[in-house]
Amino acid sequence: MSTQSPALRLEGIVKIFPGVRALDGVSFEVQPGEVHALLGENGAGKSTLMKVLAGMHQPNEGRIFIEGQQVTMRSPLEAKAKGVVLIHQELSLAEEMSVAENIYLGELPRKRFGLVDRKALLDKAGSILKRLNCGFGPDATVSDLSIANKQMVEIARALTVDAKAVVFDEPTASLTDAEKVVLFDIIRDLRERGVGIVYISHRMEEIFTISDRISVLRDGSYRGTLVTSETDEDEVTQLMIGRSLDLTRNHAHAEFGGVALEVRDLSCDSLFRDVSFQVRSGEVVGFYGLVGAGRTEIAETLFGLRTPSGGAIYLEGKEVSITSPVQAIENGISLVPENRKEQGLVLGMNCRDNMTLPQVGDLTAGPFVSDGAEVAIFDLYRDKLEIKTPSWRQLVGNLSGGNQQKIVIGKWLSMHPKVLIVDEPTRGIDVGSKSEIHNLIRDLAKQGYAVIVISSEMPEVLHVSDRIIAMYHGRIMREFTSEEVTEDNLVQAISGISTNGDKAA
Amino acid sequence: MNTSNRAKLIKRGAIWGFIVLELIFFSVAGSFLSLSETRFMDLDNMLLLLKQSAPIGIIALGMTVIMINGNIDLSVGAVFALCAIVMLDSQTWPIFAGLSETAIIPFAWGAALLTGMALGAINGLIVWKTGVDAFIVTLGAMLGYRGLVFMYNGEQPTFLLNWTLVDMIETSVFGLEVPALVLLGMTFLIWFMMTRTVHGRNAYAVGDNREAAVNAGIRVGPHMLLNFILIGFLTALSSIVFYSASGSVNPNDGSLYELWAITAVVLGGTKLTGGSGSVINTLGGVIAIQLLRKGLGHIGADTETVNLVIGLILIAVLFLDRQLNIKGKGELRT
Amino acid sequence: MADERLKAIGALLARQGILVAFVIFMIGFALLNDRFLAVDNVLGVVRSSAILGVMAIGVTFVVISGNLDLSVGSMMSFSTIVVLDLHDKIGPELAIPAMFLMTMALGAFIGVLVGYFKLNSLIVTLGMLSAIHGLTLTYSGGKNMDIADKEGTWFSVIGQSSILGIPVPILVFVGLAALLAMLLSKTPFGRKVYAVGGNGVAATFSGIRRPRVVLATYLISSFCVAVAGLLQASRSMGSQNTVGQGLELEVLAAVILGGASLLGGSGTVFKTVIGVLILGFIQNGLLLVGLEFYVQYVVTWLIIILAVWLDIAAKRGRLLSPIA
Repeated sequence: MSTQSPALRLEGIVKIFPGVRALDGVSFEVQPGEVHALLGENGAGKSTLMKVLAGMHQPNEGRIFIEGQQVTMRSPLEAKAKGVVLIHQELSLAEEMSVAENIYLGELPRKRFGLVDRKALLDKAGSILKRLNCGFGPDATVSDLSIANKQMVEIARALTVDAKAVVFDEPTASLTDAEKVVLFDIIRDLRERGVGIVYISHRMEEIFTISDRISVLRDGSYRGTLVTSETDEDEVTQLMIGRSLDLTRNHAHAEFGGVALEVRDLSCDSLFRDVSFQVRSGEVVGFYGLVGAGRTEIAETLFGLRTPSGGAIYLEGKEVSITSPVQAIENGISLVPENRKEQGLVLGMNCRDNMTLPQVGDLTAGPFVSDGAEVAIFDLYRDKLEIKTPSWRQLVGNLSGGNQQKIVIGKWLSMHPKVLIVDEPTRGIDVGSKSEIHNLIRDLAKQGYAVIVISSEMPEVLHVSDRIIAMYHGRIMREFTSEEVTEDNLVQAISGISTNGDKAA
Repeated sequence: MNTSNRAKLIKRGAIWGFIVLELIFFSVAGSFLSLSETRFMDLDNMLLLLKQSAPIGIIALGMTVIMINGNIDLSVGAVFALCAIVMLDSQTWPIFAGLSETAIIPFAWGAALLTGMALGAINGLIVWKTGVDAFIVTLGAMLGYRGLVFMYNGEQPTFLLNWTLVDMIETSVFGLEVPALVLLGMTFLIWFMMTRTVHGRNAYAVGDNREAAVNAGIRVGPHMLLNFILIGFLTALSSIVFYSASGSVNPNDGSLYELWAITAVVLGGTKLTGGSGSVINTLGGVIAIQLLRKGLGHIGADTETVNLVIGLILIAVLFLDRQLNIKGKGELRT
Repeated sequence: MADERLKAIGALLARQGILVAFVIFMIGFALLNDRFLAVDNVLGVVRSSAILGVMAIGVTFVVISGNLDLSVGSMMSFSTIVVLDLHDKIGPELAIPAMFLMTMALGAFIGVLVGYFKLNSLIVTLGMLSAIHGLTLTYSGGKNMDIADKEGTWFSVIGQSSILGIPVPILVFVGLAALLAMLLSKTPFGRKVYAVGGNGVAATFSGIRRPRVVLATYLISSFCVAVAGLLQASRSMGSQNTVGQGLELEVLAAVILGGASLLGGSGTVFKTVIGVLILGFIQNGLLLVGLEFYVQYVVTWLIIILAVWLDIAAKRGRLLSPIA
């Protein structure tokens, strides 16, 4: 390492929220011209640390240095003025405004009388966009841009100041591969200019591609720094979760029943086309692909939330028409949705009411909801799924991510479905609960459910699935049994490369 | 890209297209039914229309800014009445006793404008400091300010005719009387503010993505306070141009003005959720409503049907906007 | 630990604050004026709150499901005018059901637009406020409506008589409140209303037919408006076209005072009734201590803002908003 002072250095940062020590003495540094990856499971304190860096949170203890000078940052604006810029994961742009105005949001160049200096604004923004090789002008409206281009606008913001350190928070979450390449070029370019980069992600392969060093957080405390070229995924994982997560391949040869669900040539506008597959009772079928490959949309169509433009759905051999979730449920299809908080739960309702929501109309004594019947169902699935909550009266919003997910799963198990679709089963869930949920999914298959698991995490798909369907741009590229699948051929399939090496149309 | 641009253009021009339709319809229908001697698209008629649009129109300009900001103000009707009372009554205050009918005018106007700005500031401060939604704050203020109106003069009307004032307001330039001039002038000024000044651009940013605005260092609280003071000012101005000539205010005056102003703003295409909208189109919305009133009268429809038609048009606009935005039948239905 | 306890007290106040305020308020006025809690005074207040109260109960359903209804004021004018007009034309026995049908048709129209076409409820009901007002004026030709033979009809029974010393409007108010409170808190339908308002997307993902639930809340709201119109018509036996004007916002004030969040998902019929009674007793108490009726407007303003402020302050754990 060079002798010059680090671009950014943190010393013993402590951040306490009511009841939680979110950061417990974290120390961490980024050298100028270094890409320093920050890793940790959800809840490890990554986002809190990031907010401290960006001036959105004030640490309770600890010191922050920029180029050797101790600083305090009371707001994102102050942090930016001092040279630390955050590229948000959830884009923070004013969609209806121009690119230039977004780049200089809060700091529009002024003339006299509070007027905006529009010429200066467009010139300055234009030259930054040129530096980034962007294919759009400063007067474009943000809402017309693709997600990748929106991210460029965020990055352009960082270049309005003499940034010492740029923090990227999960920047590739919604990018295509091609866009990813462009992003990495820009990051390397920044690195060459001597900017310190903090790169937050949980995607191992990216971190090993782009980073120089890796620091790991666990449970709010710092667990060590590794030099990327001298370590491997196993070591990083060990550091991250304190033990190896059991993500061994699933090679169990289960006995499958008959075909529970068959889909033939199902299409929905431009979202997915001519999708055909079968799921047997007792089988877990994994859907793997990039964001936007059409996996979630297939699930939503099977659940009656989208109208297919063609194709047929068969349940236990009989063709069914599903035009609403009510029909899907009546036919025995259940969906544990991708976004737990927005689609899965009514956060302001208690645990029991959430769990019994789809069948509350049937749990009646006379015209009224039967309290006893509801509590009985809740108790049954609380015990079955080992949901940890002080009482059914607890608001769902107060539970941990893992327990929330179990409430959603319990909600659907209590409906005794034939087909259970689980979209991103462990998103935003801590490691311990992750393997519980994996085991749960395997158990359900053993009990005879036909299960579809949609996941963006390859280890997860490999771990839980009996069969894996790889999707690319709305089409099924290939189906793998658990014996024939390898990480390589799976990656090829979801990138649109078919087995004989041809790029798919 | 192209279709989205076209859709945007259509949306931007929609209200003016609608006004043209109204003009054609009422002219044709009017002459076909030959119910009235005068032509509908008479210049005097149009100038009068602009004057009649002024009271609601000036308030609607302020409402546009507030709504672009992502807020709403339901108290403008009561503020309108209270400012009127202050303007008329202040001319009898002992401190102004020595002033002539002419000299007192700036003081009366000043008192009214200060009142409007103070009432706006109260709303703005409460929104800023308590974090209570502007809908609730101004819903409360609508009752509270109306209470103040009554407390001022009981259930009696407040009455004062200052002939100098009346003449002043009825002065016309190029056939446009003062209220119409104020409406056009303020439309230009607010348009300029919203498109050219830092404050105006920030108003869009705050309404569009409040968190981003906060993170970018825009002080959202004081910013919203300023806009509430602005709508108070504009409401007082509206009150001035209306009551300087009429000289008499009832304690229930201005009721439902908030709803008319909001209707005009929404017809002009400003989103309730904030972040987009234009005062020029709000002017279009105001004119469209006034045209409808006059036009229905012109073709001999009962004036009562005006409310019915405007209400249904408001819903139809919303319906069309929604239909234009549906992406296809594969859209997620939630 | 002290922090936890403070939070618990805060949470309790936030949940039951409106009841606490109500009790303090009643004791205060009772001390100021000994007529305040006299039976006839209390009955008088409840009776005069009945019309607002009946409407507020209906709107509570709409607000809990996450929508607004600004049309109830002009809808109430409509039902009042219609039932008075039809009374003389087809007799009260037919006039009442006909009026209910017409009012609920308006409610169904709104419910379809908001529920099935997913239009913004604020604007739809704002438009309907205006449209129904126009409809009423067109219907009546702008004239006041009066029952010709006020002595020869039993129609006044609903608004003016008493059973066992209790005025009928109170019985209607209390009966309807009890019925709808049960519907909201005890039945599957009520549960669905809370789910739709709490998180409409999650409700859909749970197999709840959201459009149908929303439509139902507007039908309930318009049913309550029809009841209110009936009470109004029977009490006055004649009416202006604008009898309900402005009530929409007073109704909303009562519902908010009762603690329902405009975002949906929270509120109860009981709390709304408390909100209505607070408004009624403020008015009455201020009059009894010799203040003019309009002082209540100012007091109501302060109380609404204080109530909502304290509610959210307790939730965020600090008094002032963190907005810079």
